[in-house]
Amino acid sequence: MPSSTRASATPDAGAVAAGGAAGHRWWAVAPVLRSLGGFVRRIRRRPAAVFGLAVVAVFLLFALAAPLLAPHHPDRPDFTRALQGPSRDHWLGTDELGRDLLSRLIYGARISMLIGVISVSIGVGAGVPMGLVSGYYGGSVDNLLMRLTDIMLAFPSILLAILLVAILGAGLNNAMIAIGVVSIPVYTRLVRGSVLAVKEEDFVAAARAAGATDPRILRAHVLPQCVAPILVQSTLQVAAAILAAAGLGFLGLGAPPDVPEWGTMLSKGRTYVFSAPHVTTFPGLAVVLVVLGFNLFGDGLRDALDPRLRGS
Amino acid sequence: MLSYIARRLMLVVPTLIGASFLVFAAVRIIPGDPATAIAGEHATPEMIEQVRKDLGLDQPLFTQYGRFVLAAVQGDLGKSVRTKLPVADEVFRRLPRTLELAVYSLLLAAAVGIAAGVLSATRPYSVADNSSMVLALLGVSVPVFWLGLMLMLVFAVELPRLLGLSGPILPPTGAGSWRHLVMPTLTLAAYSTAIIARMTRSSMLEVVRRDYIRTARAKGLMERTVIYRHALKNALIPVVTVVGLQFGALLGGAVLTETVFSWPGVGRFLVEAIGYRDYPVVQGTVLVVATGFILVNLVVDLVYAFLDPRIRYT
Repeated sequence: MPSSTRASATPDAGAVAAGGAAGHRWWAVAPVLRSLGGFVRRIRRRPAAVFGLAVVAVFLLFALAAPLLAPHHPDRPDFTRALQGPSRDHWLGTDELGRDLLSRLIYGARISMLIGVISVSIGVGAGVPMGLVSGYYGGSVDNLLMRLTDIMLAFPSILLAILLVAILGAGLNNAMIAIGVVSIPVYTRLVRGSVLAVKEEDFVAAARAAGATDPRILRAHVLPQCVAPILVQSTLQVAAAILAAAGLGFLGLGAPPDVPEWGTMLSKGRTYVFSAPHVTTFPGLAVVLVVLGFNLFGDGLRDALDPRLRGS
Repeated sequence: MLSYIARRLMLVVPTLIGASFLVFAAVRIIPGDPATAIAGEHATPEMIEQVRKDLGLDQPLFTQYGRFVLAAVQGDLGKSVRTKLPVADEVFRRLPRTLELAVYSLLLAAAVGIAAGVLSATRPYSVADNSSMVLALLGVSVPVFWLGLMLMLVFAVELPRLLGLSGPILPPTGAGSWRHLVMPTLTLAAYSTAIIARMTRSSMLEVVRRDYIRTARAKGLMERTVIYRHALKNALIPVVTVVGLQFGALLGGAVLTETVFSWPGVGRFLVEAIGYRDYPVVQGTVLVVATGFILVNLVVDLVYAFLDPRIRYT
């Protein structure tokens, strides 16, 4: 279903004027595959983006196969080996309870990816419909929604996230919710901007003339045109979410201390930064790497999807 | 220009009202009873009732909000549950420390970011361009607090050990001298420097493709004149906005930086207040910072309109 919907949404006035039937022809997926092929070729021409994708893929693998890859149990303490530096047994050393740092980092990848996915889903889930409605209908609805986003953007994002977590209570779930909520106005603005450009196009007018309802026009014709910027923003937003969650974890507002979340690990390791610097260094490096990966891939994605840069 | 200023000022009012309502409402939607949360786990029902009365929580919501706003514009942000001192006094006592950190960081970020961006754009795809853009990418990917911890490790432990010194090169925590300022400023400036450098580069690259730059070159001007007199001036217009907006990001980032370096500013005060569930302080601090951010955004917009006439006529 999604592929055929996407195919019907290509700015082809003829297909749209033919009504909904065109959207359900299985062969209509061919142009999508062709454009996907072109997109992959454009991404492959950008080594930085490929590197970013590779880094993300490695961390994704860590997240998915953590029990297979982690050399030790992430929560098993061994007080006789507390705060030991890297060794053959413990490649990245141990933490203050003697737990294997590498294993905790590998399990931490799960949490970071989860934070990225959940908070982006919240941002997309609420921000995209708001942006669609705001841009498409305009008028007082637009005015109201834009003032709401103005109010949310009136706070430095980390401050708003801190406020929300302070209110909802510290914890991983609330941290994810807070980070997601903070990103809602970003998506609303982004999608509204795209909708304003798209809604004047001929294929939207043609769909309307063919009798399509507003929800159908929004879902099948306008939304697909906004997918590229949403995709780019979401990739970059995963990076921002992981950074923000690490910040909240560091402030003691994120995951509880026993959970191997990278920010929380940094917060605990901070006490030993001078005596056992590896406890702080490695979780920090993990955050830097994964955030860098998402940022590089997001930048590459933006360039590859930007029609002005086609062929460059 | 005057009508633009008037329009822009009119927009600030609902935003300020909305932001203050959000902060006000946030504290009232604490799961359970905020009075119980504030009074603490071991409070008797009488103590909880007293807190409710003290905070005016027994009044209707809009009455509470009206009182809150009226008091706030008169500089009364309530009293800290923990210290019993007026929140406004506590916040404004610490605010200069945060502003000091934010202003120095912004100056450093603007100077280094613009220089790096211009250098990159004038020699695109050179070693200088690639290395400064890699650094910029690292700047946006490094957690602020981790960078702070690593600087502490380098300047307080590793470098002194290498150089055979008995004490740290820079004090790892505290405030009071320029030496205390160095590490927090570097830490806080990193992200903004990276953003400004990236923005300057893309803006410059956009401008140097324009016709008037081609004309300037065609009439035989020296490359330096073309870049610095013709291109840079126009390329910096969007950068001004980004620099201004970074001030807000710095106020937010200060929360983490101040916590790492035990810097006695508003950010650290906020984190402490959250730890003690001191909601009047949380509410007051966030309100002051958000108001500052809204006003800075207003100034940025006005400066932008002044620099770029196209803005004020749209």
